[in-house]
Amino acid sequence: MSALSLRSRIGLRSVALFYLAALLIVPVGMIFYRTFEHGLSEPIDAVTSPEGLHAFWLTIVCVGIAVPLNTLFGVVTALVLVRQNFRGKALLNAAIDLPFAISPVVIGLALFLVYAPRNSWFGGWLADNGVQIIFSLPGMILATIFVSLPFVVREVMPVLQEIGTDQEEAAETLGATPWQTFWRVTLPAIRWGVTYGVVLATARALGEFGAVSVVAGNVSGAGGTQTLPLYVKDQFEGFSLAGAYAAALVLAVLAIAVLFSMNLLQRRSARVTDDEEDHDLPGPAVFVPQPIEKEA
Amino acid sequence: MAISVKNVTKRFGDFVALDDVSIDVPDGGLTALLGPSGSGKSTLLRVIAGLEQPDQGQVLISGEDNTATRVQDRNVGFVFQHYAAFKHMTVYDNIAFGLKIKGEGSGTIRERVRKLIDLVHLTGFEKRYPNQLSGGQRQRMALARALAVEPRVLLLDEPFGALDAKVREELRTWLRRLHDEVHVTTIFVTHDQEEAMDVAEQIIVMNDGKVEQSGGPRDLYEDPASEFVMSFVGPAHRLGEAWVRPHDVDIRHEPNGQTIEAMIQRIVHLGFEVRVELTLTDGDQFSVQLTRDDVDELELKEGQIVFVRPRSTRVFAPDGNGSKVTTQPEVP
Amino acid sequence: MASADTAVARPPREGLRFPLGGAALTRGAATLWISLIVLLPLAAVFSRAFDDGMGHFWEAITDKEAVAAIKLTLISSLIVVVINAVMGTLIAWVLVRDDFRGKRIVNSIIDLPFALPTIVAGLTLIALYGPNSPIGVHAAYTRAAVVMALLFVTLPFVVRSVQPVLLEVDREMEEAAASLGAPNHRIFRSIILPNLGPAIIAGVALAFARAVGEFGSLVLLTGNIPFKTQAASVYIFGRVQTNDLSGAAAVSVFLLAISVGLLFALNLFARWRSRHERA
Repeated sequence: MSALSLRSRIGLRSVALFYLAALLIVPVGMIFYRTFEHGLSEPIDAVTSPEGLHAFWLTIVCVGIAVPLNTLFGVVTALVLVRQNFRGKALLNAAIDLPFAISPVVIGLALFLVYAPRNSWFGGWLADNGVQIIFSLPGMILATIFVSLPFVVREVMPVLQEIGTDQEEAAETLGATPWQTFWRVTLPAIRWGVTYGVVLATARALGEFGAVSVVAGNVSGAGGTQTLPLYVKDQFEGFSLAGAYAAALVLAVLAIAVLFSMNLLQRRSARVTDDEEDHDLPGPAVFVPQPIEKEA
Repeated sequence: MAISVKNVTKRFGDFVALDDVSIDVPDGGLTALLGPSGSGKSTLLRVIAGLEQPDQGQVLISGEDNTATRVQDRNVGFVFQHYAAFKHMTVYDNIAFGLKIKGEGSGTIRERVRKLIDLVHLTGFEKRYPNQLSGGQRQRMALARALAVEPRVLLLDEPFGALDAKVREELRTWLRRLHDEVHVTTIFVTHDQEEAMDVAEQIIVMNDGKVEQSGGPRDLYEDPASEFVMSFVGPAHRLGEAWVRPHDVDIRHEPNGQTIEAMIQRIVHLGFEVRVELTLTDGDQFSVQLTRDDVDELELKEGQIVFVRPRSTRVFAPDGNGSKVTTQPEVP
Repeated sequence: MASADTAVARPPREGLRFPLGGAALTRGAATLWISLIVLLPLAAVFSRAFDDGMGHFWEAITDKEAVAAIKLTLISSLIVVVINAVMGTLIAWVLVRDDFRGKRIVNSIIDLPFALPTIVAGLTLIALYGPNSPIGVHAAYTRAAVVMALLFVTLPFVVRSVQPVLLEVDREMEEAAASLGAPNHRIFRSIILPNLGPAIIAGVALAFARAVGEFGSLVLLTGNIPFKTQAASVYIFGRVQTNDLSGAAAVSVFLLAISVGLLFALNLFARWRSRHERA
């Protein structure tokens, strides 16, 4: 079909671009418009209000704890899944994909059922010992960890596959301890996978709404449990549109920044690993579930 | 003329793939487009097929101007180097594809496909998928598929390039026999000079987007039109300004005014033929092809100083207008 | 990018000691992490759903409001994946086979729904198609709004699934078909589509799993009107707020069965395919 007529090509292109514009581009553009529709002062006030700043801060905290933890365990889990063989490995591998398939509300409910102060599995015991998870920061962090869990694992696994054990074996023959091998050989080799996974996990963690909604209980205000996404909803429902749009704008800008770094990273890593050429376009972000198979 | 290409030029950006190329291919003939990578031979084939559009020039098939016709309507059969098999269809469906497009009845299709499968010796493989076939089998299937629609001309783009040496040889013979049976005008592209000489009746040598020479295998070998053709078709060495074929050279133990002094570096026994590698006095490398008997008679050894006498040399005129052949009868 | 078939590497050699504390420790840590974070809470949901007996479970998922919400979710998701199958393939096609200024940027934008918080997604749609719409379209608080929001968040799935496959499709197959006389639409139907099929299916499955669970983008845009525009996820949220936890858990289990089941099927499908990989 290299000889697709120019008319058909332009036709298809127009349909595609119109669809994207109507669904994606114009609506997101509207955020920018609506935020500054009535001037600069309102949105800036809203975002720098105590509630707004607190919401921003909470978001940062959740992401700042969830992502590094998931990175650490992501690398470990990837190593385990790729370099070890044991019964139940397929199960572990399948479990990694669960956060993709579960509705955020269900995630929130699940955490609620385990940690709520009353009527839950451990909540009562924890409350007696002064630990509050639900309606409080720890619960929100747990929710954020849940939703961003698979990304680092899934990005690192194929890289580990690619590079094989040759380099590590060479290091061993040269006298390196397992830790030295890991630190000096394995980790550098997987660094792009890790970085990429971190970026994706961060994006997901920043944007988490549903699970945190359930868990946070929506206490607004400076001492409350509102992350930035929750703040957006709260403001909108309270008819403070400027605040809602402004906060949404901050999140949108962060999202675009993430997209940008994803793009950059893709090109950097492609050049380093000599993989695809620059004209290969696809983004990274779709995960087809990984079957774990014995090599034939 | 089955196919006439007139003054075709094709550019890809700044790169000129075909530079004012004109060729003629006779009806029912078996022609090779021979040349190194980048010579434009594949591009020319694709222009003839309609898979590329020339920037200038015309393509005539059976006397009609087909330059602007779509590939779908040219009725040419095309065989690709990497088979281009329809991976998701069986052998039968692959071969039947063109006929189904035409809308032939299933009875006609069945008959035609059966005949072709027998022709290409794939009987029994109808229900297999391409990934269950060997390379040679896949290429035979591709050929059958192209022939199914009874094309006016058959075009093959380095058809044996992806195959093992042995399979390549077999398929070469097989292609010639096929052509004898089916008699469709055939053009194939190759960079392998031996393959071209073995299979084709007419060879068109290309280099750098231009046609260097066109003729039968013997003509090209014995009467090359340029240095390029001489060195590309058949072994050739420079001797100063002149070119000589390594089997057109004698080795003597004494000079006689027509000879050049040289030292034997290596004697390589290639079965019946022997290649003697020498260094000339001016430092250039040279090699001479002799028979086993010659070498035994002369008692040649590595490290010896000997004298080489070219029996026949060819000097090409610098303006590209032909060449001069000098034959030296032996001075007693 | 995570590739579709990741085979396992060889088992640990004797003498190749596992870093970070040894094989057993790391295995244990990974398992513990997943169990604590993911499996434990999930188990709680299943447990709670059936805590009050099968009868109660059945009541909860046959509640009129629940059924309406589930129906809305399933039907909308179905509509959305059909649209995605077509538009996603079309967009992938344009991104791979066409060339125009700004194509790079358009390609990056496809991932925006992945990076954008769902609540913001809902807000953007309301800004353009809600009550204060500058173009006079008032789709908020309707079922159309549900479809629209789901289309937004599932946009990348089919596109990103099809793109790499399209890139790899052997162009020569298409040329061969053309040389055999096939017109373009036939080439698409008989040559390209069959080769894209599995990728489209994978993208559709992922999109569906995502759509049935979607929450954030629906919250503002649809008005969450029970029996009209209330999706299953919003219904569950409502149950939690009114402290009907076992009701919430019951419907959750239903949703889980669908999306996790779909993921599982996809996993099997991927495994089956790589075993019967056609060259």
